[in-house]
Amino acid sequence: MTVLSCREVTKFRGKTPVLSSVSLDVEDGARIALLGHNGAGKSTLIKIILGLTALSEGKIEICGHAPGSTQARADVAYLPEAVAFPNALTGREILNMFGALSGHKGLDSGALLDRVGLSEAADARVKTYSKGMRQRLGLAQVLIGQPRLALLDEPTSGLDPVSRYDLYAIIDELAAQGTAVLIASHALTEVEARTDRIAILRKGELVADDTLANLAATAGLHTTVRVRASETLVADRIAAQTGGARINGTSVEIHCGPDQKMGTLQALFEGGTDVADIDITPPGLEELYRYYSGRLS
Amino acid sequence: MSTLARVTAITRAESLILRRNRWLVMATLIMVAFALALTFAGSAPTGTLGVDMLTVSVTSMTTLAVYLIPLLALLMSFDAVVGEADRGSLGLLLSYPASRAEILAGKALAHLTALTIACVVGFGVAGVAAAIAGGVSAESLMALLRLMATSVILGAVFIALGYLVSSLASSSAAAAGMAAALWLVFVVLYDLALLASVVIDGDGMFTRHIFPWVMTANPADAFRLWNIAGAEGVAMAAGMSGVADSLPKWAAPVSLVLWPVMAFFAARFAFRRLEP
Repeated sequence: MTVLSCREVTKFRGKTPVLSSVSLDVEDGARIALLGHNGAGKSTLIKIILGLTALSEGKIEICGHAPGSTQARADVAYLPEAVAFPNALTGREILNMFGALSGHKGLDSGALLDRVGLSEAADARVKTYSKGMRQRLGLAQVLIGQPRLALLDEPTSGLDPVSRYDLYAIIDELAAQGTAVLIASHALTEVEARTDRIAILRKGELVADDTLANLAATAGLHTTVRVRASETLVADRIAAQTGGARINGTSVEIHCGPDQKMGTLQALFEGGTDVADIDITPPGLEELYRYYSGRLS
Repeated sequence: MSTLARVTAITRAESLILRRNRWLVMATLIMVAFALALTFAGSAPTGTLGVDMLTVSVTSMTTLAVYLIPLLALLMSFDAVVGEADRGSLGLLLSYPASRAEILAGKALAHLTALTIACVVGFGVAGVAAAIAGGVSAESLMALLRLMATSVILGAVFIALGYLVSSLASSSAAAAGMAAALWLVFVVLYDLALLASVVIDGDGMFTRHIFPWVMTANPADAFRLWNIAGAEGVAMAAGMSGVADSLPKWAAPVSLVLWPVMAFFAARFAFRRLEP
């Protein structure tokens, strides 16, 4: 079922278009990464979906409701970029307030705080929280009452690697529950393993919306194979055979397109014990992103 | 899932904040200190006017309240909206299913409760002290209760006006400046302008017929008039029976009660137009 449907969404600030004709569907249980430079329109699109900003043209529906309507706001959870809370309140008090605001009076705030790893700081004032702890508290309020749609704006900013891992585990749980998750990010490499689809905004236009594999195939991006040979002479020979570049010591770096990858690997294995080690790096989101976001320029 | 539950949730959080950042204690202490000081400094004319000490105390405190209550109310409320916008917590709050009117109402209830506590304790302590030191009557007790009640309404006016500037301003600093300007206009400049026009007009048409109405239109003056017209002793002690007598009895109360309602709707209108 389609939870979020954006049709030809256009937004002008003055006469400049911030978003032009963006169409995007998000189904329940889907994890979508929304990527783009600063100023590409990610945050604007999220604010329009939340009903905080009016759209100029087009139509948005959240489970059939208009953005900003009481029903839509009850269905949507939001984690703003660099989330902030009243400093004088404790984590538990803040969750209880949000619980009451969303109509969950008997909210088990203890369990939610436990889930995001804040149970020890539950009754400390937010003023004493680190940036990562605030982000965790922000994530805890997203989990209130199993939302239909979760909008996460730069959720990993300021998180250490362990916290990031926890965050993605929670996002996976949310999606498994049926929540549609839209993650706006420029933390490219982290998003790739964890999302079902990638949408790329460039200067307010949606330039891509597909799975990572399809996007990579369309872009024809190269896989990087790095080979460490047993000795220098062998390395020279492999470089000559595969058209790769010799790099430090006994290593060779080969760039191959989607159709050459398997052939190259086979050639390497035929060399038997000449090859000591192989590293394969698939086309990164970084390159992909550069390809799609630069294509129109 | 009702309006009441959402308003209560905001009120509870804001009340906790006012308690934790010592606002409640500070406001109450300020009220007690000023009310006590004025009561005992202004107790000299008791004998000459033939009224008890509590009456004189209420008169002094009325004058004090005109300055202090709007100031406290604006200090409490000017940052309510723009402060959250500056910190970045407003967007999240607005993504929840609470309407902007509910958010303002929740904050207003918390701020008004704090102000009520400060007024009742401050005026109450001074009133009890005056009653013990120099006598009390049914009339002067009524005047004290009236002072407390009208102070809360006056506070509501300026709390709502504070939300209005908070929704219009682009930063906390701008909101503070606008709040200071509001205070200056309503409490000081308005009366100065009126005084100047009366001096120029002498005993003419303006002074006799228009001036009392223009004066009542200002909530701070309506507050003063209501307290003075309400009790003869207070009017005599304040020397303001002239203006109070020239108006129908309902004029000042109606003005003072209408103001918070109009100011709240103005604040809601401004808050609705705000994009966080």
